Amino acid sequence: MSLLEARGLTRHFGGLRAVDGVDFDLAAGEIHALIGPNGAGKTTFVSLLSGRVPVQAGSIRLVGEDITRLPAHARVRKGIAYTFQITSVFPGLSVFDNVALAVQGGRGSARDLRGAVAAALSRVGLEAMASDIAGTLSYGHQRLLELAMGLALQPRVLILDEPTQGLAAGEIGNFKDLVRSLVPEVAVLLIEHNMEVVMDLAHRITVLNFGQVLARGTPAEVRASPAVQEAYLGA
Amino acid sequence: MAFGPFLLLALMEGLVTAAVLALAASGLSLVFGVMRVVNVAHGEFFMLGAVIAWFVTGMVPGPAWLAFAVAVVVAPLAVAALAALADALVLKRLNYDPEATIVATIGLLYMLQQAALTFYGPDARPVAAPFDLRLQTPWFGYSGYKLFVVLAAGVVLAGIWALMTRTKAGLVMRATQVDRDVARAFGINVDRVYMGTFALGAGLAALAGVLIVPITQAHYLMGGDPLLLSFIVVIIGGLGSLRGTLVAALVIGLSDGVISMFFSPTLAKILATLLVAMVLVFRPQGLFGTRSP
Amino acid sequence: MKVWASHLAVVALLLALGFLLPPYHATNMARIMVLAVFAMGYNLAFGYTGLLSLGHALFFAAGIYAAGLPIWHWGLGAAPALILGLLGGGIVAGVTGLLALRTAGVSFMIVTLMFAQAGYLTLLYFNGVTGGDEGFALPASGRMLFGADLSTDLPRYLTAWALFSATFLATLALVRSRFGRVMVALRENEERARMLGINPFTAKLAVLVLSGAASGLAGAAYGVLFGYAGASFATIQYSILPMLYVLLGGAGTVAGPLLGAVLMFALIEVANDLTSAWLFIVGAVLVIVVLFAPKGILGALRDRFFRGLP
Repeated sequence: MSLLEARGLTRHFGGLRAVDGVDFDLAAGEIHALIGPNGAGKTTFVSLLSGRVPVQAGSIRLVGEDITRLPAHARVRKGIAYTFQITSVFPGLSVFDNVALAVQGGRGSARDLRGAVAAALSRVGLEAMASDIAGTLSYGHQRLLELAMGLALQPRVLILDEPTQGLAAGEIGNFKDLVRSLVPEVAVLLIEHNMEVVMDLAHRITVLNFGQVLARGTPAEVRASPAVQEAYLGA
Repeated sequence: MAFGPFLLLALMEGLVTAAVLALAASGLSLVFGVMRVVNVAHGEFFMLGAVIAWFVTGMVPGPAWLAFAVAVVVAPLAVAALAALADALVLKRLNYDPEATIVATIGLLYMLQQAALTFYGPDARPVAAPFDLRLQTPWFGYSGYKLFVVLAAGVVLAGIWALMTRTKAGLVMRATQVDRDVARAFGINVDRVYMGTFALGAGLAALAGVLIVPITQAHYLMGGDPLLLSFIVVIIGGLGSLRGTLVAALVIGLSDGVISMFFSPTLAKILATLLVAMVLVFRPQGLFGTRSP
Repeated sequence: MKVWASHLAVVALLLALGFLLPPYHATNMARIMVLAVFAMGYNLAFGYTGLLSLGHALFFAAGIYAAGLPIWHWGLGAAPALILGLLGGGIVAGVTGLLALRTAGVSFMIVTLMFAQAGYLTLLYFNGVTGGDEGFALPASGRMLFGADLSTDLPRYLTAWALFSATFLATLALVRSRFGRVMVALRENEERARMLGINPFTAKLAVLVLSGAASGLAGAAYGVLFGYAGASFATIQYSILPMLYVLLGGAGTVAGPLLGAVLMFALIEVANDLTSAWLFIVGAVLVIVVLFAPKGILGALRDRFFRGLP
């Protein structure tokens, strides 16, 4: 049984078929990348998974349980964490408070709030900045904070929406190591434009185009697919 | 009195209420529609119109119609100028932030009310109607001035409608309503549009105040009810929709006239305020709402 | 610990003032403390959670009448009346919140305003029961608390002080708790808070109930301590009052509501010697604060000097 399973997932905006009957499986412990040209429906698709956008047709199951109609905050508590494409920390609060909010809202019982916050911060290497105001951090550090908040939720599924956008080349290397260290406890669903990161990290890749699945497979298989090359890689 | 004339009287009174309300509410609607500002001081502009009319008619010598004609011109202009000043000194500096402007216009409300109390006093004072005409049929008689109010309001509202749909100024206002940043990018002076809109909205309220004062007298607290009723009308009609506002003013005005005559006015107000709250909660586009102006 | 010490010092200072101030000022200070309880309740919703309500007069009035009517009609004592006031404010706020919290921003302001207006008109409509516009004086039997007569100076001051201190320290504990962190998160970015597993609706409803309960307690105390209940307490003025105190003193600070109330009383007292136009001053302060000090006095001080001030 797959960890997260979507069947016939559909969402139209007016006449636009943003997501059109997508089947999708996320296996436990895998890093799964979601790629596709701009406007292919990637962000809408993960918004359906996380509950930020209501589903029009289709179903979503988490470990066999139907969560299609569950509101977003309840899905977070079931173990689906979403980190925002545009960095969205609470700028006026301290780094500690940002992560503490995630610990409180997440899956763990979090009796030891300080310990859980410290653990999440040390995982991303921000433990020295716990008392800084989040808005004063550099952009790269804010992205790490965002990731720490995702981890502090103790998710089963961590959805990362363009996590390397705006990071410097050196920071990307550290980021890849970090994501690799998360599995197999957490399954990672990654939306990413940087092909090097995708090919390097992902166990499996799903390619979306015009709201539908164009191809799916290992990085090598996807790279070899003529349909993908034509639609996306432009080779 | 027999039931027929009684009901007709109620409907006529309702029509007068509707006419005045439509004027005041369209001002509120215009300001909200174009500027996204909820002007809580709108009722005080209405009050100022009435109070200034009292001052002006007292100062102008000659026949009643002349004094009143001067008041109809002077009072709305004076109030519009005051509103333009408030826009420049306060609202613009708040960058028209919706919540901050509500707080600021509450402050404005208190200041205007106190100013009226200090300079005008606590008494209700009458203003003579411009003419004393009574339409009389064998079984029903009615004040000619009240019919004039309905007619005048209709003419002004038609003018506003034409302004919004037929003129360049209206086009500029509608463009600003849709997106002020885009409007600015197209070279529209958004600051001036906002100031003009706020002044126009205040002027409409003041005109409504001038027209009503020969019927109800001027008083420094008279702004409360029109503010509440305008709110009701604007929200039920759909926030920012001029057409919805006019329809709602007619419905609320007529039903207010009829309900108040047969039931307790307090009960009518309770039901109306609850209706507004429910509309905002369950049908925020209004009951008659369309998105066009 | 420094935070607790400084807030406890405020409480101790206010206790001492009860024995030092001459009667006229002591009565004013008692009034200020009761209204500060109201403003602290308002601050939970507006200052900490970002819920800008224009209808808190409804919760204040719910407290006055939940306490006052049983005293008037059935001769209830002051202690149970105060508890009824607390519950009355909380329950009315909960019902209001169930509907009003489906909206946000400007709509939320207007919906709360309309509910409060409907409440005020309802008090007028049932004037046979409520006393309507004229209101009623609370009989002496309802103004006795544990054998002390609340219409005399010192017991009145001490009761106001006790209620103030309890609310003040409870607020401090609340905003420093886990739930306090959630409140601020909802104010700063509701969508982000939702994606951290927080249910915005239930959290805001809980805040509004707490806020209404404090407002109701303040209303009940106002009635019991000063001996009068009337529909005027449900008018829009009494929704603006706590907003004014909170804005002036500093939204989202524990001591801001008290500071705002003290300053407004002092301002009107000083101005009273010059002019009777106190409404004008209220209006002018609102405009000036919004224009030049949107974070209020303590908010501005916090930004500059005391980063950790709750």
